[in-house]
Amino acid sequence: MRDAGLKILVIDENAIRAAILEEGLREGGFANVTIVRNMTNLLRSIVDADPDVIIIDLENPNRDVLEQMFQVSQTVRRPVAMFVGESGAEMIERAVEAGVSTYIVDGLKKERVKPILDMTLSRFNAFNRLQRELEDTRRALEDRKVVDRAKSILMERRGLSEKEAYHLLRRAAMNENRTIGEVARAMITAASLLEGSV
Amino acid sequence: MTTLRVGFIPLVDSAVLVAAARRGFAAEAGLTLDLVREASWATVRDKLTIGHLDCAQMLAPVPVASQLQIGNPKARMVAPFTLSMNGNAISVSNALYDAMEATGQMGAPRDVAAKAAALKDVVDGRARRGEAPLTFGIVHPFSPHNYQLRYFLASAGIHPDRDVSLVVIPPPFVVRSLRDGHIDGFCVGAPWNHVGLAEGVAKVVVASVDLWRRAPEKVLGVREVWAEENPQTLDALMRALKAAAEWADDPANRDDLTAMLAAPDILGMAPELIGDALAGRVPLPGAGAPSEGLADYLLFDRNGASFPWRSHALWFYSQMVRWAQTTLSPEGIALAGGAFRPDIYRRAFAGTGVTLPAANAKVEGSLAAEQAVGSTTGKLVLGRDGFFDGRVFDPQELSIYIEDFVITSEGMQEEWARSGQ
Repeated sequence: MRDAGLKILVIDENAIRAAILEEGLREGGFANVTIVRNMTNLLRSIVDADPDVIIIDLENPNRDVLEQMFQVSQTVRRPVAMFVGESGAEMIERAVEAGVSTYIVDGLKKERVKPILDMTLSRFNAFNRLQRELEDTRRALEDRKVVDRAKSILMERRGLSEKEAYHLLRRAAMNENRTIGEVARAMITAASLLEGSV
Repeated sequence: MTTLRVGFIPLVDSAVLVAAARRGFAAEAGLTLDLVREASWATVRDKLTIGHLDCAQMLAPVPVASQLQIGNPKARMVAPFTLSMNGNAISVSNALYDAMEATGQMGAPRDVAAKAAALKDVVDGRARRGEAPLTFGIVHPFSPHNYQLRYFLASAGIHPDRDVSLVVIPPPFVVRSLRDGHIDGFCVGAPWNHVGLAEGVAKVVVASVDLWRRAPEKVLGVREVWAEENPQTLDALMRALKAAAEWADDPANRDDLTAMLAAPDILGMAPELIGDALAGRVPLPGAGAPSEGLADYLLFDRNGASFPWRSHALWFYSQMVRWAQTTLSPEGIALAGGAFRPDIYRRAFAGTGVTLPAANAKVEGSLAAEQAVGSTTGKLVLGRDGFFDGRVFDPQELSIYIEDFVITSEGMQEEWARSGQ
């Protein structure tokens, strides 16, 4: 077990992403992880948690709240600084691409933070992949519904079987170099225009 | 066509960048501007640092801080062009407004000193009764808002670090924070004061134009290295921005500009709020609903507004020293002054007919009326630039200027360090 004592604060409104990260950190031996999802009075939450490391997603407007802590202030015990290692620019670039930003207390050794950063980046990237897959699945489901509707229109209007209707759609898609979902959508729109139901 | 990625924050003073991108001014200069909306200044700065953005709307003091390497800097940034002046206001909760009014000291609608005195009375009363100090929201430690609010508070003897508490709150959350009672007031830019008014939870007490009649607000921020490596692109960009600023400043284009800013991918907000902010229609205490806007509530171009005065950068430096964000030194003066780049501005507009002032710095707060000043065309008229308390900032006399302030954060760093043990 390494560095179980390091206090890590994760600020993320996205519950799933926060859970994925928390799980990874705990598996990595970091037992002291706190998640903040409520953004009101964030400064108070941070003061109470008194973290060594703060992880926040890049699209969170509250990043500017953390900027206040670079100043020594009466509300936060120790100043925090964004991680700049020897390969600082590269690390920041990887972080920005993953959509995450990390802050550490001043004076904390780089070696102690590196495994946390690596874990954070890999979990954020995993979450991004998951998001893309979910999006693809959602689109596939939607396409199937649209194709079904287009098929039934063709079956009704042209007296085709389901199989024939599907082949017709697929051929049109291939000829026009479009997806079958796009062709089906265009067909439904055209049909509804002809029926005057739009 | 060169394509530039341009970062912006959804605020009314992104107008010049947005107009340059969407009104053809960039295209005329041979540029395509990809507008990238960001949620925080920290993210804008980080993306600039690693080159994900080529340039961005930036809080005017941020390039100064980056040159001084204070805060969280990674790349030195320069500001060759001012995107907007003024546009902020101080709003307070209805409860605090009532308490201020009950002191009987609010004075005339635009009397800033009277508002500060009324607030001082409220702050003292709370301290006597053992009540918690008031809390005010600002948008960033290196923001004009922070320095404007501190200047206002300190003018009446309210110490911004000891007598009240200042917290950073992103603009989209200030109104909610006020409604929920986490803060008692805030200093933010447009249109957020109007949002507070529209939701009935806040009242404007001071418009920033009345604090300092010509305050630099947002600048074009670029990495210093990028500016050195891309002089032609930068010059073309600045010429596009100047044309856009002239267009945006013309009241005849205000409806078009309002619609452009209200678009879902820019501010995504009600056009009425944006229009009121652009026109400066703010109900000030005792003045009732305004039919006409306050003059110069927010400006983009007139009176040479886009010129990056070295004295503006140095004024921010004076306030950073005053509030213990850095210390005064000859090196600091050179670095801070060098954050704003009139030399690049002059290069970009040489021989274009754009009026260039003869000087790079001026004494701030000395013009009580509009005044013609030395310039290339002899046509430059500067606006009134006074501070409400009559102070004059001579960039040649920084230490005298700073020493004259009674309330400062001198010694606060040590105090905080001790209290943190």
